[in-house]
Amino acid sequence: MSINTEMTVRVADIMTVAEKIKRFRFERADGMPLPVFSGGAHVVVAMRDGNFLRRNPYSLSSSPQDQSGYEISVLRVEKSRGGSAFLHEQLKPGDTLTISQPINLFPYDVRGRKHIFVAGGIGITPFMAMMDQLHRDGGNFELHYAVRDRNHGAYWQELQTLYGSHRVKIYCDMEKLFIPVESLLANQTLGTHLYVCGPAGMIDGVLGKATALGWPLQNLHSERFLAPPPGNEFKVALNRSGKTITVGTHQSILEAVEAAGIDAPYLCRGGACGQCETSVLAVDGTIEHHDIFLEPDDKLSAKKIMICVSRVQGQAITLDL
Amino acid sequence: MNIKFRQETFRDDFTYRNSPENIRRFPFPFHEDKYMYSVNMEPHISAGPPGFAFENLIDVDEHYVSEMQDRALVLKEDPLRCQALPHMMAGQWDTLELVMEHQAAGYPEHFTLTKNGDQWHWINRPLGIDQKFTFGDASTLPYEPMEYITRQAQGDFCIVDQRNNNLWMDAGMVTTQADWSLDFDLGMNFMEWHGPVPLAHQMGVFDRALKFLLNLQQGKPVRRLNWTMTVNPRLDTSPENYHKWGPERMTVTPENVGNKVHLRCELQSLWRLPRSNAILFVIRCYLLKMEELVQVPKWARRFHRVLRDLPPELADYKGLTNYRPTTVEWLARHDDGLPTGSGIYPD
Repeated sequence: MSINTEMTVRVADIMTVAEKIKRFRFERADGMPLPVFSGGAHVVVAMRDGNFLRRNPYSLSSSPQDQSGYEISVLRVEKSRGGSAFLHEQLKPGDTLTISQPINLFPYDVRGRKHIFVAGGIGITPFMAMMDQLHRDGGNFELHYAVRDRNHGAYWQELQTLYGSHRVKIYCDMEKLFIPVESLLANQTLGTHLYVCGPAGMIDGVLGKATALGWPLQNLHSERFLAPPPGNEFKVALNRSGKTITVGTHQSILEAVEAAGIDAPYLCRGGACGQCETSVLAVDGTIEHHDIFLEPDDKLSAKKIMICVSRVQGQAITLDL
Repeated sequence: MNIKFRQETFRDDFTYRNSPENIRRFPFPFHEDKYMYSVNMEPHISAGPPGFAFENLIDVDEHYVSEMQDRALVLKEDPLRCQALPHMMAGQWDTLELVMEHQAAGYPEHFTLTKNGDQWHWINRPLGIDQKFTFGDASTLPYEPMEYITRQAQGDFCIVDQRNNNLWMDAGMVTTQADWSLDFDLGMNFMEWHGPVPLAHQMGVFDRALKFLLNLQQGKPVRRLNWTMTVNPRLDTSPENYHKWGPERMTVTPENVGNKVHLRCELQSLWRLPRSNAILFVIRCYLLKMEELVQVPKWARRFHRVLRDLPPELADYKGLTNYRPTTVEWLARHDDGLPTGSGIYPD
């Protein structure tokens, strides 16, 4: 038995906060308070786009204490699969949506004596809630925030006003200012934790540097915004329900399964948490593993697949679903 | 529902008893006539016949007042039964909020919570407590928040921090435990504190359970039942007090087994906490004498068969090897060999 804990929310406000970035404020349709959450949490937003039900995860960027509304900030992606285009161009104040309970797969370590946040572009969003919570609890933190130019960077002015320019540093690509990763990471005291959120190249670069400098792995944290990549169409045979479905070019297996009316477990929808791990019974073709959860051995064995992001290069796959 | 609270003891003269109505609300842990480990988690939602232990998610019953008095006695002798590492303060407040909200919603005639922003007013009528305090400011309470509220809630409470893909026993109030020590386990991770359990590690039970719990979601608590047996209705069967209860296991005779031997059931519930992202692990202990257990024929038949066929490693681990034969013999008289119905609820 599963309990439905999704919440119906109304769009209370939509605001452009930077070039191509809009902030959406959601309040509960029944007027009840929303649950408190912890900094770093996301919600899964379900969007009815024509016939298509899309579910995308977005970090909560509002104050975790504020139970009157949740805010997410969304970048309009050029080659959008539909989520950011729908939110930017179709959603209007007063519309209703359903959202999940908050889920935190990117919490800060509460034992940390100091927290260094490194954000690239829209990767700023989880840090806004984390800094709000740390600030309230008297925690020690600093933010290093890389943006393309000052018009593309959301919130940097208000963050500097809130926390001071000594703690909030901005680096603009256009001004040839880059985060001095090496000197930043080489001079930290024991008990410092590092958090990175942004493009994959940035995360790999910063964490790689930290590892090379001898940082303990348990002090390194990151969250990747992994959208299900497109690919060729293929068939999925579902063993338990006896159905065979088609996964479209811009669809994930999970989305196709849900569209067929079958419930499959998920949490992050971004290949990170492991909740949607599914057994593979047969595959005609090769599995393209896009997740960061499965061990390399598991990926080679072709016995498991994370259906939120991974797909098949070939004809068909049979899943234990 | 107005609960009539019993005045009774869990030590010395052991006057603990279950009323006839309370017997039928006991969370009997066996859904079939045999027992083996499993990750037997289910959603922690209201379930069972009216008044069953699953009706309210934080359960209060007729033993509430006496259990809280026993807890106070344990803490007076050994303050280390309640400990919280410094980074667990957000989890402490989460715990206080969760318990107060559930007790007030489930038992409005006994508990009242009024919130005005961060100015809270808590009334606990059974214990005669009327407390105004500032949520988030520990200096406005007589104890730290976890200790304050768990001196007013039945069951043991552990607040488990989540980091590095593991769970860490970083705070707790533990006075009604089945032979484990918070003072010993404090700061351990999930695999470390389950280290002594036989068989289950090789079965992969803990790997699966940990994976499941790491993804436990806010708003979707889960529960499982665990069990052991205790001679005399003693709540505090701790390693620290082994010298008190260990020798009692040698005192079971065919004459006293029905009164002395108890099935001890733990209703364990796990909750994702909102502010701290920690997990609250509630271990609520229920005791039922063999004489009381056989009042429900289905339970009498089934428990006889479970205990008779229990693997010896499990009997050893649960510490009941000594008095198992006497108990099985006594229970056999209450097993007529008929089939048992499905599920755990009484017939």
